[in-house]
Amino acid sequence: MSHGRYEMVVGLEVHVQLRTRTKVFCRCSTQFGDPPNQNTCPVCLALPGALPVLNGRAVEFAVRSGLALGCAIRERSVFARKNYFYPDLPKGYQISQFEMPLCEHGFVALASGRTIGITRIHMEEDAGKSVHDRFAGYTAIDLNRSGVPLIEIVSEPELSSSAEAGAYLRAVKEILLYAGVSDCSMEEGSLRVDANVSARRHGEQALRTRTEIKNLNAFSNVERALEIEFARHCAVHDAGGAVVQQTMLYDADRNSVRPARSKEGSQDYRYFPDPDLPPLVLSRAYIEGIRATLPEFPSARRVRYRTDFAVSAVEADLLTAEPSLGDYFEVVARGSGDSKAAAHWVMGEVLAARNAAGAGTGIPVPAEALAELIRMVKAGTVSNTAAKTIYATLVAEGGAARLIAERDGLLLVGDETSLRGWVDDVFKENPDEAARFIGGERRLQGVLIGLVMKKSQGSADPQKLSQLIGERVGR
Amino acid sequence: MAVSRDDVRHVAALARIGVAEAQLDALVTELSGILAHMEVLVQVDTTAGAADEPAGMPLAADEPGSVPLARAREDGAPKMRDGFFLVPRLATHDDGERSA
Amino acid sequence: MTASLLAGAAAGIAAAVQAGTATAVALVAESFRRGREVNAGRDGLNAFVSSDEDLSRALAASAPCGGPLAGVPVAIKDNIATTYLTTSCGSKMLQGYVSPFEATAARKLREAGAVLIGKTTMDEFGMGSSTEHCAFGSAKNPIDPTRVPGGSSGGSAVAVAAGICPIALGSETGGSVRQPAAFCGIVGVKPTYGRVSRFGLVAFASSLDHVGVFGRTVDDAALALEVIAGPDTAHDATSAVRESPALRHVARDLEAMIIGLPREYFPASLSAEMRDRCDRAIAALRARGAEIRHVSLPNTALAIPAYYIIAPAECAANLARFDGVRYGVRIDGDGLVGMYEATRSGGFGAEVTRRILLGTYVLSAGYYDAYYRKAMQVRERIRQDFAAVFASGVHALFTPTTPTPAFRFGERSDPYAMYLSDIFTVTANLAELPAMSLPIGRVTGLPVGGQVIAPKFAEADMFRVAYALEAELGQAAHR
Ligand SMILES: [Mg+2]
Ligand SMILES: [Zn+2]
Repeated sequence: MSHGRYEMVVGLEVHVQLRTRTKVFCRCSTQFGDPPNQNTCPVCLALPGALPVLNGRAVEFAVRSGLALGCAIRERSVFARKNYFYPDLPKGYQISQFEMPLCEHGFVALASGRTIGITRIHMEEDAGKSVHDRFAGYTAIDLNRSGVPLIEIVSEPELSSSAEAGAYLRAVKEILLYAGVSDCSMEEGSLRVDANVSARRHGEQALRTRTEIKNLNAFSNVERALEIEFARHCAVHDAGGAVVQQTMLYDADRNSVRPARSKEGSQDYRYFPDPDLPPLVLSRAYIEGIRATLPEFPSARRVRYRTDFAVSAVEADLLTAEPSLGDYFEVVARGSGDSKAAAHWVMGEVLAARNAAGAGTGIPVPAEALAELIRMVKAGTVSNTAAKTIYATLVAEGGAARLIAERDGLLLVGDETSLRGWVDDVFKENPDEAARFIGGERRLQGVLIGLVMKKSQGSADPQKLSQLIGERVGR
Repeated sequence: MAVSRDDVRHVAALARIGVAEAQLDALVTELSGILAHMEVLVQVDTTAGAADEPAGMPLAADEPGSVPLARAREDGAPKMRDGFFLVPRLATHDDGERSA
Repeated sequence: MTASLLAGAAAGIAAAVQAGTATAVALVAESFRRGREVNAGRDGLNAFVSSDEDLSRALAASAPCGGPLAGVPVAIKDNIATTYLTTSCGSKMLQGYVSPFEATAARKLREAGAVLIGKTTMDEFGMGSSTEHCAFGSAKNPIDPTRVPGGSSGGSAVAVAAGICPIALGSETGGSVRQPAAFCGIVGVKPTYGRVSRFGLVAFASSLDHVGVFGRTVDDAALALEVIAGPDTAHDATSAVRESPALRHVARDLEAMIIGLPREYFPASLSAEMRDRCDRAIAALRARGAEIRHVSLPNTALAIPAYYIIAPAECAANLARFDGVRYGVRIDGDGLVGMYEATRSGGFGAEVTRRILLGTYVLSAGYYDAYYRKAMQVRERIRQDFAAVFASGVHALFTPTTPTPAFRFGERSDPYAMYLSDIFTVTANLAELPAMSLPIGRVTGLPVGGQVIAPKFAEADMFRVAYALEAELGQAAHR
């Protein structure tokens, strides 16, 4: 393959489901996984005489998304009808925004330092679901999703590699999660991606004919599909051929890209303003009010973590990957007064415990409880080993670190009487090692300390213990 | 602008209305006849400024409360099974072609 | 007793039912008796697509008897959703379809105590001016059954004109209430766009569609409109927020009112008799104290061309939902597309098909700017014409409702000739203005109507003119 001579040009369309309770034009539930057609009403079934009424919360979330992605918000935007027939599109048109979208001229800053432009973000409704493999000879239609609120985020064709496309997607997802507007779950269909790709010679200004890849159900598949399709474009160009503008489908099972069957030129959507919906008019004050409630976004948070908490770049990336994890870390870091230890705990034990509990269960152990535990380690009240045991108990049973340590005898024992008692016992029980140690064989100190630790069930204060044992050399 | 037979075929396909070949000529005549009356609009100067725009639209609260159905979805549906509406089978891979 | 009651005013019926001197059930029986008497059935006037005396009697038995329309029998156009009887829109596509939800206007009538006696004959999906495009046969004009009752709300006009019920609901997109009211010699009102909720009105062209009312008298129409008007923003985003004013307690004189006569509505082609009936009405307005002023609405001639782009474009999208998937007729064909095409060609009649194709054409790639966008701009000019006249101090306009009285069946076979029936009425739909028709006399023995058009949300002024005109004309309105 000779595609070293070519540059990949990618633009992405990302559809994101907004996290509302009810649909965008009716008050049916957006609940995922209910029996077919249960969450439908005259409006989302497109019964004769039904009319749409726009969900204010969907507008708020769409504005919030636009602001989070650096867009200008139109004070006046217009809903249009996009006309086409499909059995899970009950009205025979999708209500979407066309000539006057809600958001325009946004951007996403990538970690690489590149900035990718966002052409527009518009509001629209989702279609229903077509099930092809359930009944022989029939396609089954479930309209529970019909009318679920979506935004479509359209990037400029400025992504120049599959890796960069992946980075863009992860950045967009991260920002929307932070903004709290969507679950961004590809598995549940609340985030979907279509990719437009073309290839041109390095240095070439004009764009060549693109193809659109659909059916991409994971970020990794987007990257794979782009590579395959890009290679095909390069080969066509090298052979002196012309790329045909068409829709391609990615097949994840075979990791292949093939043309969809739709006829060229059959897509004439006949957009026009929806006469059932007057223009959406938003005041400056409304938009600024939403801007005022935006959270700190991950890029800013990463910088702050490195300066305020002295964590490394890698740690900062990990801690800010999800807003809730970052929030948790901050409470632990402040509460414990030891941000280094807090970072280690969150990235180690905490993530492990949460992953073990399964996705969607939230972070186990309140941040305040973990902060107390770290303070106890710092103060020498418990050992590091005991702290891990205590943490496991906190995960399993909840409660307070100090009470668990006391109950389970995990507090460090530093009083000389107890320590001497254990040391005496160990020396008596292991006369041979004891004699050699006293005789000057210092490398046995570790063995003896281990034996005392074992006897004390880890509660012996290691520093005092090594001092006590050390005193016996050459006695 | 006169309408051609191909135009009628094209819009009939877009509108998913089956039009027999035998009907085409009559439709060409009727639609061309009607559209001829619309040509007068082309000459109108509409460069004058737009009017004061309406004040926008009402928004609904994001609270459950859909209009209830007085009878089951099955009652008026041509074909339903297990709660699904059924249509003649589509090839699975056509699904990805539709736009969202 | 009940018979004379039914022949009287709606307010009188409600008063009697409220007082307990009449019952809703007896009124239903009288309404159906009257229907048989005037031969309203399929072989006769064919006013109804569906009606059921037992059902209406049951509805009457449970109707609230304290409301402003207590016990008043009402007919409702078959494109306004009711959970009893059909909502078939005069189309094979929805033959026998019963809606699982109720239109706001129908609900308000019911809650006011009115009793549904039938769903009325109409041109399919409201597309027509004669009811000749109803899939279940045309309604006939009760004054001369060889003539059309007008349309598309013809059946509702027939039910009122024939004395079967004092009030009926209709709908209009380009004059479908006012024109049949004029042809049948009754009162027909189209309120301001947004004044009455469209929720449950099966859409033809959303930006032009209105629910309207028929009454035998101005007062009956005012009473019906008072009941169904009002905000419904939870179900219709185009519903007006402002509360509706009282319409029945307006002044009966026209002192200090200026009424405009737009010259474009009195063309030279108007017949001498038509002209004469209008002059008589204008004299009546003057007699009640109005100042008459000649005005001009220069873009009037563009209204029909603009209308026949905008309405079909919206209709093409609105009627895409009739696809044989969730309700209505399904006709099998080759695969999914074959099913769509068979269902839609078999379910829709010729006029609906014509308009869907026309609407699809004017929106399709390459034609949008030349047709749709242009028509919307022309619509704005028509709005501005009216705004300028009203801004000059004119309170209302008076025009003939139609150029001619009712025509004969089959007389207007050319589609565009039929479209011109709406020439004086479509402008109020395009400009979203309240407008009404009331009888101003007869021409060659057939009723003709005069139209009053008022500024947006000025229904009270419009009714003031109508009350005064009706009172001043007296029996002359029917001669
Ligand atoms: Mg989209
Ligand atoms: Zn719904």
